[in-house]
Amino acid sequence: MAAGVATPLKARLAAAALVAPLLLFLLGVFVLPIGAFLFRAVQESDVAPVLPRTVAALSAWDGAAPPGEAAFAALVEDLREARARDQQSGGGEVARASARLNADLPGFRSLLPMTARRVAAPFEGEARAAVLAISEEWGAIAPWAAIRRAGGPVSDFNLLAVLDLKRDATGGLGTAPPDEAIFRAILWRTLWMGVLATAICLAIGYPLAWLIATAPPRAVPWLMAGVLLPFWTSLIVRTAAWMVLLQREGVVNAALGALRLVEEPLPLLFNRGAVLLAMVHILLPFMVLPIYASLKSLDWRLPRAAVSLGASPARAFRRVTLPLSLPGVGAGCLLVFIQALGFYVTPALLGGANDQMLPYFVAFYASRTVNWGMAAALSCLILAAVAVILAVYGRLVGFSRMRPA
Amino acid sequence: MLRRGFGAMLALGVGILGCGLPGAGGAQAQGRDLTIVSWGGAYQDAQREVFFRPWQQQSQARLLEETWDGGVGVLRAKIQSGANNWDLVQVESEELLLGCEEGLFEKMDFAAIGGRDHYIPEAVSECGVGNILYSFVLAYDRARMPEGPKNWAEFFDTAKFPGKRGLRRGPKVTLEIALLADGVAPSEVYRLLGTNAGVDRAFRKLDQLKKDIIWWERGSQPPQLLASGEVAMTNAYNGRISAANQNDGRNFGIAWAGNVFTLDSWVIMKGSPNRQAALDFLKFVGQPDRQAGLPPRIPYGVTAKGANAGLPPAVLANLPTAPENIEGALQLNDQFWLDNLDKLNQRFNNWVSR
Repeated sequence: MAAGVATPLKARLAAAALVAPLLLFLLGVFVLPIGAFLFRAVQESDVAPVLPRTVAALSAWDGAAPPGEAAFAALVEDLREARARDQQSGGGEVARASARLNADLPGFRSLLPMTARRVAAPFEGEARAAVLAISEEWGAIAPWAAIRRAGGPVSDFNLLAVLDLKRDATGGLGTAPPDEAIFRAILWRTLWMGVLATAICLAIGYPLAWLIATAPPRAVPWLMAGVLLPFWTSLIVRTAAWMVLLQREGVVNAALGALRLVEEPLPLLFNRGAVLLAMVHILLPFMVLPIYASLKSLDWRLPRAAVSLGASPARAFRRVTLPLSLPGVGAGCLLVFIQALGFYVTPALLGGANDQMLPYFVAFYASRTVNWGMAAALSCLILAAVAVILAVYGRLVGFSRMRPA
Repeated sequence: MLRRGFGAMLALGVGILGCGLPGAGGAQAQGRDLTIVSWGGAYQDAQREVFFRPWQQQSQARLLEETWDGGVGVLRAKIQSGANNWDLVQVESEELLLGCEEGLFEKMDFAAIGGRDHYIPEAVSECGVGNILYSFVLAYDRARMPEGPKNWAEFFDTAKFPGKRGLRRGPKVTLEIALLADGVAPSEVYRLLGTNAGVDRAFRKLDQLKKDIIWWERGSQPPQLLASGEVAMTNAYNGRISAANQNDGRNFGIAWAGNVFTLDSWVIMKGSPNRQAALDFLKFVGQPDRQAGLPPRIPYGVTAKGANAGLPPAVLANLPTAPENIEGALQLNDQFWLDNLDKLNQRFNNWVSR
């Protein structure tokens, strides 16, 4: 090392080389798969390969009246080929296309396969008349508009659906009918439950962190263990434990009954109270630890000075201690709130039907109805909500303040 | 059938892996033994004892067993890979409908298995022959409620029978129950559900009960909810209720009025080299006295006409196929749900979370 100091460029290259494995790792196992999943929210790949000519024939269609003979002829040709391929290979192409179209227009699930089966046999004359003879529904605008909307390669169908919006035949935006609109209400509920969980965690966590930070050194490990012990237990185990405690003939009701405090067992399970209780229990360490860290590093001479200068203890807390511990409070709230938005198991096991949050519907679409487009679109919604909250936080508080002073 | 979900994905994965192995299919396809695929567990154990072993002894042919968790995607992957190694598969009614439409199955040759009239009419379809029949029933705990409800109308009567109610989360079966409780005849249920007014009527009926409903999602939950007293009565799979009575010493009661039943069927995979052996097997297991061996071991109804005659009355009383139980029952309409599930899911989710 004769030169002693490497050139800045060399140093930067060396640094880049050192972080490159990590970057590649993150890109490969984190950014790419998640990105690919989220892309499914806008991807349309089920209909175009099955009905290529129909999609092409509809590209110039105005959506004001049912399309002409060309579109019908294209549909017949497409369906014949797709059905032949399906029969040959068992690919289920027509089924997949009809499943996608059925999400837009109920009835497609049987309309398309039935049409495919019936047009397979040769017929004389106009395709339009033959298709309409199979089902009158092809005489309406709706099925054609649905095919065009799903024609791909990308569409805003799922993203609009998670905002309770829908496009009509001409492409104009409209809201979903009131008895099918759901996701806006669920979004507000998710945010509201996040706010409640954060507020309760703060109300319990701050005094607890204070207690630990000011406790005599001998007591600290015990108090810390009290906070950390549940932290090391699996989330599902803790949630299931609450089920055992809260059920109708569970520990809590049995105790209340034995003490003759209640006549009938209380309905403690399958409601929002149970969900919040378990969420707070699970999230509390994430609130306590940052606040504890910031109280621990606080210069305790400052509040004492305030008191010695005549401030009441309450005033000293409000004007000195609290502001100095705010970075910990901010970090704790952010951690708790963002995690609360992603809670799935706890509401699913402890909540009633109207306590479910957005993640429940991600799981519902991903595993129950196998509609990955909707699952991805809902994930985008959660991601966007988190991004907005982070941006607001960064704007109001600033991330640099999150570090304990 | 009743165990779905994660297992299905696993099975799919294994299926794809298996198919991907070079030479796994084609070379063996010629000479392989008849491969039968069922749901595993206690059910397949019973099938082995009653059907598989006796057929092997009688025909001197070898038979391979496999297990799956359902899902038409698995069957598609098998056929699509060109290396399908399954011959005879037990499928749910929805897979039967989809797979038949997509050409995954051979057409069922009823002449070779005893003729269409040999089976109850619900068991006969283009690509499959029904082999078991099971029901969604109204179940309650006799230990807590000796005089239980008689029908779905009483299920909705919380004045007469206080307590929570268990229903399966989702519109399927739930809407049918609501209309049956509202006095709609079984034959009219799907015609009404096909109209907006009918769906409105079903949800209005459910509104009456909404605050008292506890929703379940897996078939194992209703017996647990009943046992823990969390619900006073619930919709449940009849087999789970009988199993709880048999194995866990419960005393659950079933009200059969207006039960919603469905069937599983045998299908022969398209292009199976063992088609003839499969038909022989189906003919063998379609004999009424042979079928009568299954229900005493596991409480599912069987499909050959006359099979019930060979059953002890105590066993028959717990089956969905008992004459007094199937009277007024409603067959689950898979075609209706294929078309309407997306829309009604959305409507149901909206309603349930309001």
